[in-house]
Amino acid sequence: MQDTIHHIAPDNSADAILLSVRNLTVELTTRDGVVPVIDNMSFDLKTGGNISFVGESGCGKSMTALALMGLLPQPAGRIASGQILFNNEDLAQASDARLREIRGNDISMIFQEPMTSLNPVYTIGEQIAEVLRRHRNLDRAEATAKAIELLDAVHIPSPASRINDYPHQLSGGQRQRVMIAIALACEPKILIADEPTTALDVTVQAQIFDLLTELQEKTGTAIVLITHDMGAVARMSQDIIVMYAGRKAEQGTVAQVIRQPAHPYTHGLIAAVPHLLPTITEERPELLEIPGIVPPLSQFGQNRCLFASRCNYATEQCRQQRPEEISRENQHITACWHTDSLS
Amino acid sequence: MEILTLIVKRVSYAAMLLLAVVVLNFILINLAPGDIADTIAGDMGGATAEQMAEIRADYGLDLPLWQQLFRYVSNVMQGDLGYSYFHTQPVTSLIAERLPATLLLVITAQLVALFVGTLLGVLAARKPNGWLSHIVTLIALFGYSAPVFWTGIMLLIMFSLWIPIFPVAGMVDVTIEGGWWSHVLDIARHMVLPVITLSSIFLALYSRLCRASMMEVLGSDYIRTARAKGLSESQIVFKHALKNSLGPVVTLAGLQFSAVVSGAVLVETVFSWPGLGTLALQSIIARDTPTIIGILFFSAMVVIVGNLLTDLVLRLIDPRIRNRA
Repeated sequence: MQDTIHHIAPDNSADAILLSVRNLTVELTTRDGVVPVIDNMSFDLKTGGNISFVGESGCGKSMTALALMGLLPQPAGRIASGQILFNNEDLAQASDARLREIRGNDISMIFQEPMTSLNPVYTIGEQIAEVLRRHRNLDRAEATAKAIELLDAVHIPSPASRINDYPHQLSGGQRQRVMIAIALACEPKILIADEPTTALDVTVQAQIFDLLTELQEKTGTAIVLITHDMGAVARMSQDIIVMYAGRKAEQGTVAQVIRQPAHPYTHGLIAAVPHLLPTITEERPELLEIPGIVPPLSQFGQNRCLFASRCNYATEQCRQQRPEEISRENQHITACWHTDSLS
Repeated sequence: MEILTLIVKRVSYAAMLLLAVVVLNFILINLAPGDIADTIAGDMGGATAEQMAEIRADYGLDLPLWQQLFRYVSNVMQGDLGYSYFHTQPVTSLIAERLPATLLLVITAQLVALFVGTLLGVLAARKPNGWLSHIVTLIALFGYSAPVFWTGIMLLIMFSLWIPIFPVAGMVDVTIEGGWWSHVLDIARHMVLPVITLSSIFLALYSRLCRASMMEVLGSDYIRTARAKGLSESQIVFKHALKNSLGPVVTLAGLQFSAVVSGAVLVETVFSWPGLGTLALQSIIARDTPTIIGILFFSAMVVIVGNLLTDLVLRLIDPRIRNRA
């Protein structure tokens, strides 16, 4: 079924900017007041590119994804300022109807929980076909035929009979494959994968990443990966953004950031990744954890470095003033007053 | 195929259950003091002990209870529910005359309660703090705190005195002429008030439950997936969320079948609806044992069939139940 997902020749040059997020600030109304859960975030995504967002839970990674989809929690969340330019159209200003046209069609998303992300009372065939009927105006028969092809493309065996299965008849990995089939059904320009493998077995995780890579090569879809898994980042992405408390801590290519982290938080995240040794020895490199926790939402947006309380390099300046984003060589960006002190 | 096995299994359970219902009802009714001989004697203005014994012998009431029971059960199995002394008619034909009216009332009231209750629940769940949601809460509170007969009498007063647009008693207007269509319309007009009265309690229950279940479903992951697909709000609510939130409502509706049937007795009495309820009341007053047991037998049957239907509908809604087998 080669023709399932068509090869897309990059319309412009390979470096064309597909999505440009400019100074995005997202506010959430909480009991403690209005807090910026995403605080002045900017980044670009190239056509067919890959970018990863990493950081601890509660750093605003998923909120970024939901903002791109126009799916911020209602009525608590709203885009306070900034632009989300998708093909030069500002999604931050787009109407609900326009966003519904884009969702599932130009930008789609897969989620962390494949076990609960599919509707238990409809067949998987119907759930795939539905999105095709919605955006591609296919009739029932055409949509079903296409759904079978898509199941085949995500390597579900005997797809023609499986389309009549219900989600509870599938394993977690298979359900995530179905989610991927739904997300890629309309050949979107951007696929947002919000911790797509966190809930799955390690062996299945690798299969899902392989599948995503394979499908990306076929379709040219850009992938935004949200994860805490540094191994996944190294495998899936060229670019990485490290987020902390709603702000960008560091941005660069994966090679730059992993080899030479320019922010103490990134440094800590990398040191906290366990390494498998080729042989088991008595000596193991010590695993370092980052002391403390992410600050509560009520502290988000304060004019200081929000990481200072957990940082060995923190000085009075860090507690007084929010660090600016400084660009080091080759667009390696960091927001830290003491980046030069890091070895 | 699988569904046939289920039905066969459930029907055989139901047969055993019905047998138990017959035996138990027979014993309970006979434990109560007084019998038809007392009623007849009362109507005659008194009778001697010999006359009483004669009446009892005529109706087989002088036999030991277990023999009466045995005779009754074997008759029931042959479709003979006995003879009504009071109505001077076989009980089976008496019930056959009245059953359709009750079924019409009970089923219509259940469907109206389910449909309107679900709709109100869904609309309320979409805006949990909106005015509609508060109105649903109010209707629900009113619905299950007001006794059925009270609601019925209030409606009766309202529509007989102030706005006489609906008939307040009976099922058909004998003066109506014309084809079958005008008869259907006539019955429908007579049904309005009894159906509103009977469905009010259940409508309240179903709308509250549907609101709660809908709110839970709307927060689930697959609804987020549906939004991420770019579906419209009505598709999200009525296709993806509704089918998932119907389970508890249908389950409750199944459990409430018996309550609907007993509610029908009151409603029928208030609105002089010619169904089993009115018949039951007359028979109890007249100590017409065979008719009472016959009515209880049919009520049990309605409840059992209602429960079976509920199970089938649940299987239709949720594939996970289908596979549990």
